[in-house]
Parts: sequence; C-alpha cells; structure tokens
Amino acid sequence: MKFIPKEVIKIINKYHVKKSKLLAVLTDIQAKYNWLPPDAIKLVSEKLCVPLIDVYGVASFYHAFSLTPRGKHIVTVCSGTACHVRGAPIILDRVQDQLGISPGCTTKDDQFTLETVNCLGACALAPIVVVDGHYHGQSTTQKIDLVLTKYKKKKKRKPTKKSRKKK
Amino acid sequence: MKKKTNKEFRLHLLICAGTGCVANRSYEIKEELVKEITRRGLNTEVRVAITGCNGYCERGPILVVQPDGVFYQKVRKEDVPCIVEEHILKGKPVESLMYRPSPDAPPISRMMDIDFFKHQTSVVFRNRSRLDPEDIEDYLRFDGYKALKKALVEMNSGQIIAEIKLSGLRGRGGAGFPTGLKWELCRKSPGNIKYIVCNGDEGDPGAFMDRSVLEADPHAVIEGMIIGARAIGAHKGFIYVRKEYPLAVKRVKIALVQAEEYGFVGENILGTGCDFSVDVVQGSGAFVCGEETALLTSIEGRVGRPRPRPPYPIEKGLWGRPTNINNVETWANVPQIISKGAEWFSGIGTKRSKGTKIFSLVGKINNTGLVEVPMGITVREIVDEIGGGIPGGKEFKAVQTGGPSGGCIPKSLLDLPIDYESLVKAGSMMGSGGMIVMDEDTCMVDIARYFLDFTLHESCGKCPSCRLGTKQMVEILDRITEGEGKEGDIEFLEDIGKNVKLASLCGLGQTAANPVLTTIKYFRDEYLAHIKEKRCPALVCKSLISYVIDPELCGGCTVCAKNCPSDAITGEPKEIYTIDQKKCTKCGICLTVCPPKFKAVKKVSPPVK
Repeated sequence: MKFIPKEVIKIINKYHVKKSKLLAVLTDIQAKYNWLPPDAIKLVSEKLCVPLIDVYGVASFYHAFSLTPRGKHIVTVCSGTACHVRGAPIILDRVQDQLGISPGCTTKDDQFTLETVNCLGACALAPIVVVDGHYHGQSTTQKIDLVLTKYKKKKKRKPTKKSRKKK
Repeated sequence: MKKKTNKEFRLHLLICAGTGCVANRSYEIKEELVKEITRRGLNTEVRVAITGCNGYCERGPILVVQPDGVFYQKVRKEDVPCIVEEHILKGKPVESLMYRPSPDAPPISRMMDIDFFKHQTSVVFRNRSRLDPEDIEDYLRFDGYKALKKALVEMNSGQIIAEIKLSGLRGRGGAGFPTGLKWELCRKSPGNIKYIVCNGDEGDPGAFMDRSVLEADPHAVIEGMIIGARAIGAHKGFIYVRKEYPLAVKRVKIALVQAEEYGFVGENILGTGCDFSVDVVQGSGAFVCGEETALLTSIEGRVGRPRPRPPYPIEKGLWGRPTNINNVETWANVPQIISKGAEWFSGIGTKRSKGTKIFSLVGKINNTGLVEVPMGITVREIVDEIGGGIPGGKEFKAVQTGGPSGGCIPKSLLDLPIDYESLVKAGSMMGSGGMIVMDEDTCMVDIARYFLDFTLHESCGKCPSCRLGTKQMVEILDRITEGEGKEGDIEFLEDIGKNVKLASLCGLGQTAANPVLTTIKYFRDEYLAHIKEKRCPALVCKSLISYVIDPELCGGCTVCAKNCPSDAITGEPKEIYTIDQKKCTKCGICLTVCPPKFKAVKKVSPPVK
C-alpha cells in the first residue's frame, strides 16, 4: 500500500496530537501499512514534536513494529514454553524450510513474512501456527505443509480478483 | 415490545468465546445455535450468549447450559440440532457430548462434578461460564458493582484500605507485595494528582490467566480499579494490555463503554461526587514492559526500559506522580473482598499467602487449562487430581513455574505446598502463575537454554550484566546442547548466573539465571550426560540424536521414504528401509509418519556416527 501523508495525519489527529500517544499512533500506522514507512516516521516526529531519534528508538525497540515492508501473508509460529515442549522448534524448522526464510524475514516475492511470538495464551492448542490471524492448533509438520500450500496457491488467484475489482 | 431481561430466560446456552475456543470456531457454533433456536421458535425462552474463557481449554469448544450447569465439550457445528432437539426440547441432556474421565466411564453432566473443576476454588473465576462479558446486565445479575456501591456509599478510603490490608491480599503479578499496604503508601504519598494502573502485560510464555480474566470478566477488574481509585484518591486509571491479546482489548473497551453508560465510570459516580475515568493502552510486544517502571514509561509513549527504584511508582510514577500499579488478577479480587469481607478472604489459603491463585496448567499434561486453587495446595494435587496426570503414560519430570524468571520444581518436591515463600525457597517463584509440566521427553538443558534465549532477546540492554551475561550463558548452553560442552562449563554457568542476579537493575535480570540455576541444582546429571557422554537423555537436542529405522520392526511400507524432504531414506517396497545419516536433517517427519502398527523409526543418543 502506498504511503499517503493525509492518512497518517488523520491517525495523529485521532489521538489529539498528544506526545504520550506515540505508541498508539505507530500501532495504527503499522496496522494500516503492515510496516512503518520512513516517511511516516518523519511525519510523526514532526507533528508530535518528538525528536526523530526518539520515534525511531520506540519503533525499533518494540517487536510490534516493523521497519521493513512485510509480506502479504504473516505466518507466526508460537514459541511459548508450552508450544516449545510440545515440539514448536520442529514446526519452525519446517516452516523455515518451506518458505526459505528465517524468522523476521520476508520472502523475495513479498508473499510471506515469518515471525515468532513469545506466547499467544492459547496453550491448549500447542503447538500453534497463526497465518493471517487464523489459528492452526496442534500443528504437525504435515498439517503445516497443507496450510502453507493453500496460501501459496492463493497467491496465484489473487491478481485475477484484483483486476476484476478494477473493472 | 420491551426487551427481555437476561434473568427472564428459561435456559441460557453459553458458548465459550475465549481465545482457545474462538480458534476452534466457537463463534460458528454460536451462529448455528442462534439459527436453530430461532427456527424452532424458542428465542423467547432460550438465550444464546458467549462467555469468557471457561479455563478447561483442552476440551474446547465448550458449551454450558445454565442454570443447571450442564457441560458439553468438543462441540461441533453438526452437534447443534441434536443439542436443541434432545436437551432443549425434550429435556434429555446429550450424553455423547459430556465429559468422561475415561472412554468407558459413565458421562458426567454437571460442570462442577468434573474432576478438573471439583478441586478448584472459584473466587476470581466465580463467573466462569455464567455470564456474557460483553453484556453488563449479566454482570449486574450476579451482584456486579455491588461492592462498588458499598465502597463508595458506606465506606471511606481508610476503611477500604483497612479491609484490603486485613484480607492479606498480595500482588498476583509475581512479587507478592501486600496490596493494602501499597494502597496506603500511595494514598499517603504527597500530591493532588494520582494514577492507578492495571498491569495486563502478561508476558510470561505459558501464562494466560490475565488474558482470561480480562476476556471473561472485565467488569470485575474495572470495579476493583474504581474501588482502588476511591481508596487512593486517584481520578485517572490505565489498563495496559499486551498486543498479543486482541480479544481482551476488545472486551475491556466494550466493558468500559457500558460501565460509563451505567454511571460506574466517569464523573460523579453513583452520585457520590467521585470522578474516575479509564484509558486502555495496548502494549507493543516488549516483555520487559511487564516490569512496572518499564510499563509506566511505555504508557508515557516512550521506550519501555526499567529505571532504578526507589523512587517507587507509589512516590513517582506516571509523569512523576504517585501511581499505584496492580496486576489484573489482584484487581479482580478486590470487589469480592469488599462485598464478602476480609475475614472470608483470609479464611482461604495459608498463613502468609491468602486467597486463591490462578495457574495456567500447560505442557505435557492431560487437562490443559486454567485452574484456580487455594494457596497452599500441593504441586501433586494440581498435576494429578486437577491436571489428570501426564499423557501417554509418560513419567513426570518437573514443573516449571514463574516463566523465564522462575525455576523448575523436580519430582522430589511434588508435595511442596504452593505459596509465595515456598516457591522462592525451592529456587523458583510464583511469577504470574504459569505452570509448565514436563515429562521424560523434555530435556532440561534445552529448557534452560530456551528460557535464557528468551531473556536474552527480551533484555532491554540497559544493564551490561543482563545484556552480556545472558548472551554468555546462551553461548555456553548452545555449546552443551550441540555436544561441544567442556569440563567446567557447569561451574562457569553458575558463576555467571549468580553475578547476573546480583548486578542487574530490574526483575528481569535479577531472575534471568533462575531457570539455569535450578536445572543445574536438580538435574545436574542431565548436564553431565550432555557434556561428558555427548548424550541427550530426553532425546531432544538435535546434534546429539540420530533417527534410525529398527530393521526388526520396519514393514517396508515406503511412507517414510515418500515423506522425507531430504531424500535420506532408501529401500525397496516390502523391504527394510534405512536412513542415510549424512543426508538426514533430523526434521523428525519419518518418526511422525511411521504407521503405529510398525513404530519402526526411533531416536537414539548419542548419535550414530
């Protein structure tokens, strides 16, 4: 998605241009663009009167923010303790192999970003993999293969849908 | 027509909508129930609603029929017509969906008769599977906001504080500081502007009781906070919830809007002249923000790094003002102490730890879920009686409490009564209440490495002892788990661990070494096996194991060879297959796909050369 200054200003205004709402502003921008574009960070710094270095400090400190564009699909492997003892490392290895990237990275075709999370608090479902907000509990390497294949196939269909919408 | 109030319904069908059950599509079941009830023209006498987390997540999605408390587990969309037909219309509860302790045991119909619930004491969880968290009417139906009326109308701030002090309530976030005392200190702290904060940044992996309380009974937390605000003299509160809990954030926000509509939050509460408003702040995925000073700087919109104490937040907190910060579970206890009295509360628990504590029982355990038990209960009671033991007949090895700050409690301490002091004495801590059960297949060196790696990544980097100490320890543990361990590594780990403990500023660093130190203390032999014999007794550490096919058991079914991603398995159909160790990446797929009738793939340690 393209960065539009007006949209970011709208978000800043929503929080009454308050310095203390920096995190909330960045969270909303992240939710909108899936990452924090550099121009957005500069604009936030300017409007909230927070030095750029401090905005950057906050953006790089918290895991929720990404300073690089993320893929269309976000694959999150839970590495909480319950998931760990129930075999999350094997699942993570498999997902890495399948996507060809390590955690925190995005595939070259911008389709997938792989992330790990400390705990999702749904430990009964361990080990868990979340793809685009959908929880896949009691994961096994085979189940994950199936899920990822499904999303890889989606990629091929997507452009046709978009072109239809344009018409 | 006047809208029917909730208490006028004959039956309430309450479908669990906690994170676990939602992931198991409980909303679809709810839709189906509504459809079926409407189709049969029952919507004037039967109510379908969601509830917060039931706690017995292992059995989700869960449906409870009130007022009888009939418990249905693992409900599927397809079961809905049968439930409506048999139970609602004919009055015959569906036995096939009920809980059975074992496949051939008779079904148990009532929730409170099930072993998992029977041994629990519900205080904070009193409303579990009873009310819709998104409907304030339900909370009011079960005496909600009664304590608030009592506190605001009948009591003054001194009396509220005295009551909380007398109850013996201690902080449920881990450290166990007496809540009443904290309130008193904050009240006495000079200044006109004071804040109160609810810490819902539950970061310990494997702990999710705060998520559950916020999702299931958000009004209890809000009510507790208003009472606290009245006692301390604060007019502004913040609820800080971690980003990974979107459902909790949503429910709290809904509850706040409703509480304001009913005049419990806002200006001139209940006509008493008290003003109090609450903001919800969402965390951004930093574990260290669960530490109080870091959390406060995060609310201020800055980088969440801890700062030295004193001054404590009760003297100088948010924007330099006195701030009282308590954990979600602590706040949720407050309304009941006020309405039922301190004496009732202090009647539960041990001499120094009063009331109940919620633990999240997870890992290698049959009944995964949240359990609320009186302080002083033994580990054995929780694991065996409530948890139903270890799956697959495996041997219990340890239970890890307190998350990355805690330690491991071995089998020899199974009869340890759990309270704040006993856990610290055993080298662990209460923490937020995560309880991860480990069996013989869990490698304790790997677990220590796991936690240390966690702390390493979550260290904010301020103190060198924490930043560098954890890094050094992870490097040593990496070497040990990779079979490169040396003589003296254990002693070196102990030495670094003690120094990190001593020289770090906040709780994160001060407790970072606990998982390593306790595993060395109780499982030294496992460390020695890794270092001296290059062997992982639990068959976990990848570098120290090999996958092999037992020629005696192999049925030549070809499944493993077909599934091997690295073409390491060779053989002919109906013959015996073998794994080429040079090609094997130890992904473990062959082990999972080998048919149960053969069970031919095995892990061995030390690895095959």
